[in-house]
Amino acid sequence: MSIQIDQVNKFYGQFQALHDVSLTIPEGQITALLGPSGSGKTTLLRIIAGLESAERGRILFGGEDISQLHVRDRNVGFVFQHYALFRHLTVAQNIAFGLESLPKKQRPPKPEIRATVARLLEMIQLPHLANRYPAQLSGGQKQRVALARALATKPRILLLDEPFGALDARVRKDLRRWLRNLHDEFHFTSVFVTHDQEEALELSDQVVVVSHGRVEQVNAPTELYARPESRFVFDFLGQVNEFSGQLKEGRLVQGDAWVRLPESPSGSEAQLYLRPHEVRLTSEPSEQAHFPFCIEAVSLIGSEVRVELKAQGWQSEDVWEVGISHAEFNRRQPRRGDRCYAVPDIAHLFAEGQDQPRTISWGDSA
Amino acid sequence: MTETVTQGAVATPRPFLVKRNKRVLPGFTLSLGISLLFVSMVLLLPLSGLVVEASGMSWQQFWFVISDPRVVASYKVTALAALAASLFNALFGLLLAWVLVRYEFPGKRLVDAMVDLPFALPTAVAGITLATLFAETGWYGQWLSKLGLEVAFTPVGIVVAMAFTSIPFVVRTVQPVLEELSPEDEEAAMSLGASDGRIFRKVIFPALWPALVTGAALSFTRSLGEFGAVIFIAGNMPYVSEVTSLMIYVRLQEFDYAAASAIASVVLLTSLVLLFAINLWQARFLRRLEGR
Repeated sequence: MSIQIDQVNKFYGQFQALHDVSLTIPEGQITALLGPSGSGKTTLLRIIAGLESAERGRILFGGEDISQLHVRDRNVGFVFQHYALFRHLTVAQNIAFGLESLPKKQRPPKPEIRATVARLLEMIQLPHLANRYPAQLSGGQKQRVALARALATKPRILLLDEPFGALDARVRKDLRRWLRNLHDEFHFTSVFVTHDQEEALELSDQVVVVSHGRVEQVNAPTELYARPESRFVFDFLGQVNEFSGQLKEGRLVQGDAWVRLPESPSGSEAQLYLRPHEVRLTSEPSEQAHFPFCIEAVSLIGSEVRVELKAQGWQSEDVWEVGISHAEFNRRQPRRGDRCYAVPDIAHLFAEGQDQPRTISWGDSA
Repeated sequence: MTETVTQGAVATPRPFLVKRNKRVLPGFTLSLGISLLFVSMVLLLPLSGLVVEASGMSWQQFWFVISDPRVVASYKVTALAALAASLFNALFGLLLAWVLVRYEFPGKRLVDAMVDLPFALPTAVAGITLATLFAETGWYGQWLSKLGLEVAFTPVGIVVAMAFTSIPFVVRTVQPVLEELSPEDEEAAMSLGASDGRIFRKVIFPALWPALVTGAALSFTRSLGEFGAVIFIAGNMPYVSEVTSLMIYVRLQEFDYAAASAIASVVLLTSLVLLFAINLWQARFLRRLEGR
């Protein structure tokens, strides 16, 4: 079932939590609501669930306006960050809760409920814990029970509020993969809230970036990373290196650093955003760019070697990060304190007063 | 807490006959010592005084005193009235706690403060006030008598006085538990399609239940011994509206301290057994929630 969000506004007293949010969530896919805390992403999820009501706007499930429908009649599965399991009920009783809450006419007979619970326990790989109480489970197990409980009534829509937020990194990764498989098998429409960009990009088919109660960008994960449409998305998604300077004779200049631009933008100032993998390290400055640096740290963990650079003779708000391959690391052996130069291959230019970047490329000219 | 501390100390391997590791939390000996001293002075000393006083009697005499028909009648009146009062308080106290936690309304703080009034008020004052209000000519009594209900100077009056003096026990034990209930539990139940009634029965009430029982039990034991508030409104007719604490008082008036102590020890024993049982039961319930 697809979800349509139409011009939704939400206020908390004077504070406007959501501004005219309109969004279509396609059927059978996983959509991530990604944003920093306080961006309104959880509020939006709760409005979809019916746990909060919007002041203006409509929510449609499969084309049908359900804005006035109570949570209990929307038939959505909701998973909370802190599980919200019923502490005085066993795992099996927790999972059966939704089925036993059905009105008498729709409620399946007891043996059938037991069979469904057994099947769900099998699915979450915890059949041996059926008679335990929630307090006896680990965080990952609790969240799986919460998922099984939400799925017991076969909802067409599954909503998850920071589902892995309270778990440690390893469990989080396992659970993420497990949820992905589950989704591929059952094809419900899922929406999950997260502030973790890696989680959003890895798990979802579509990412909705939310900031200050507005939708910044909606895109597939790969597109989102390759083509951010605003400064906010750029800053929020992945590491980015920033260079701001004055435009002079086709060059962007600040202190000792400069870069030659293929085409000159309007205005007198501009900002350049560079991803760590779009920058090369050289020992000599090149024709097109002059970014002197001192190596501050080298981190070998991971598939890439991460080098942190401190600007020399010009100002940068943050240290730059550049990723080089282990092969290149072995060849060049960069060390703390070494002097080096950064050369961009691709960069994203924000001209003065513009929020849309222009991607520029130096190609093979260097 | 001490248990975990000890476990931590045992976990580190130590050679034979070496002084065991010190506790992590400081001041254990001192604080426990002071607590025990205080408990024995304030509680145990009078209790043992009671036993000593009563022990001057033989078992036969003891039995004779406590099984006197008039005293036995007072047991019945007291226990039934206390039961009725604590049941009423369980219902009304739960309602009051619910309203105080769940809703915002003007004067909420005032109502919250008023809940403690029965504790602050001298019980004799409460008794006189209640008797005045519920007497046939009183504000409430004149209306109730038109309906054919007599409250003052009947066993019903005893229930009213007991309920009044012990309602804070229920409110103050249930209130914090209600406040701690996470709204997420209810939201989860709602998203699973549960009706409001089912949410209360299956999610909220099971969490409140132990606190409610404890509150009602405290209210019950307190009512068993209530004296000041009760005697003014009870009417104190032998075999009909005499409470056990009055019987103790009567024996004291007769300078029969041994008999007074004997009757008092019956009340004491009942209260202790009840409180102990409730504590055991609650510990078992909490163990389940905490997963031990």
